[in-house]
Amino acid sequence: MSIQTEPFVLNIGPQHPSTHGVFRLRAVLDGEVVVNVEPVVGYLHRGIEKLAEGRTYTQNIPFTDRLDYLSSMTNNLAYCLAVEKLAGIKVPERAEYIRIICAEVMRISSHLMAVGFFLNDLGALMTPVLYMWREREKIVDMFEMVSGQRLLYNYMRIGGVSQDLPEEFLPAVKKFIAEMPRYIEEYDQLLAKNEIVLVRSKGVGILPKETAVSIGASGPVLRASGVKWDIRKADPYSIYDRFDFQIPTGETGDCYERYWVRMQEIRQSIKIVEQALKQIPEKGSVCTDVPQFFRPPRGEAYGYIEAPKGNLGFYIVSDGSIAPYRLHIFPPTLINITALQDMARGWKVADLIIIFGSMDVVLGEIDR
Amino acid sequence: MTVALNAEELGKKINEAIPGSALSGDKGYLLIDSKSIAQVADYLKITDGLEFDYLTVMTAIDYLEYFEIIYRLVSLKNNHSLILKTRVYGRENLSVPSVVKTWRSADYQEREIFDLFGIKFEGHPNLKRLLLWEGFQGHPLRRDYI
Repeated sequence: MSIQTEPFVLNIGPQHPSTHGVFRLRAVLDGEVVVNVEPVVGYLHRGIEKLAEGRTYTQNIPFTDRLDYLSSMTNNLAYCLAVEKLAGIKVPERAEYIRIICAEVMRISSHLMAVGFFLNDLGALMTPVLYMWREREKIVDMFEMVSGQRLLYNYMRIGGVSQDLPEEFLPAVKKFIAEMPRYIEEYDQLLAKNEIVLVRSKGVGILPKETAVSIGASGPVLRASGVKWDIRKADPYSIYDRFDFQIPTGETGDCYERYWVRMQEIRQSIKIVEQALKQIPEKGSVCTDVPQFFRPPRGEAYGYIEAPKGNLGFYIVSDGSIAPYRLHIFPPTLINITALQDMARGWKVADLIIIFGSMDVVLGEIDR
Repeated sequence: MTVALNAEELGKKINEAIPGSALSGDKGYLLIDSKSIAQVADYLKITDGLEFDYLTVMTAIDYLEYFEIIYRLVSLKNNHSLILKTRVYGRENLSVPSVVKTWRSADYQEREIFDLFGIKFEGHPNLKRLLLWEGFQGHPLRRDYI
């Protein structure tokens, strides 16, 4: 005798600790096995693109902080690069280095959070994430020195940065960069060969290379699938062509490799910051003179960077007035979660949580 | 460096393969007739030497007389890029062929454009609102929405 069964629909979120914000997953299950998942987004939609049309170019910078709020510095950078491209503004040498140092330190912080919360989802409740927090706290302190803020920095400006570095900043970065490799060793001892981590994440949620490219994935998710594509190398913006660093890539594209790629990227970021600290000019202007109500010429520009989570872009259309005619934000994580269906199908519910955690999703960016 | 391809030359090449599809290519981007956008997408993806396998940003702009849809394509293999545009005229019942079959990254982005601009994408497998809820009235990113 056969028993008639029908698929069960499980609603995960929007308020759930493993959804990293307000994200809803509509999972169709066959017993405990995931048949299909449908992400439902938009709970944090604030209409930033519409708001931007009524504000000046400089007034829009604080909005960009609120996209991926774990990496405000890189969001600022992407927006400022796009406006500078549109108006053809040159950035002073010292400001370029300040930007790179801030962006790379931000990447370290974002990846630490990604790895920490990934392990949290894995079941290692709070212990690993608090280790990561210990280092992130130092980064947050350093950014507080430069901007007075601990989360939403609003530090970069069109044509440079808002103010010069305080005296104590560069020594603090030097000290942090010197200490960091030891902490990474510590994480590796705790996690890299940890049996539970390996069993639960190796071979789980595989994203094949072809799928990763066709869904347009970027950042560590794409690189873990074995595609050597990093905008800092492929199309160097700012002054990334002056630094020597490698692009770590995975082979299979499972959850473990996404974790591993992020840890390697932290090492590469340290390398970049070390070089930048040696090269940074000691004195000099940190911002080009840009009028308060500045009007870029008519036209359009697309500025994009390799943000910690992937390819972050701003498409700006100017009609010659003080506010953008249209500002479009291209968020990396919205595109990355397209793959969630393919990755989760056939795995158990508990694995679905890990797979989602390994994507490093921040909802402020998806919903905008 | 990602090289931006010369849109004018590419437009001539595309017009040979799909007659009447490329309208102009003189301003640094390639303007495509909206009816043949899906065919052009396929052509750009599979033709040797072009191989645009990676669609990054896709968005729409409201110019009041028409809506412009923008596609930025990248070839990971050849490291070159191209900006593709297409226009739809009018305010009501707008539709453009979907490119989801060619690049899956268009999936959520087309849904977003449908949500915020009210442009339908023919052939999209699951065209519904992305950010706003079902039953929301209007399309907020249109210039005449207050």
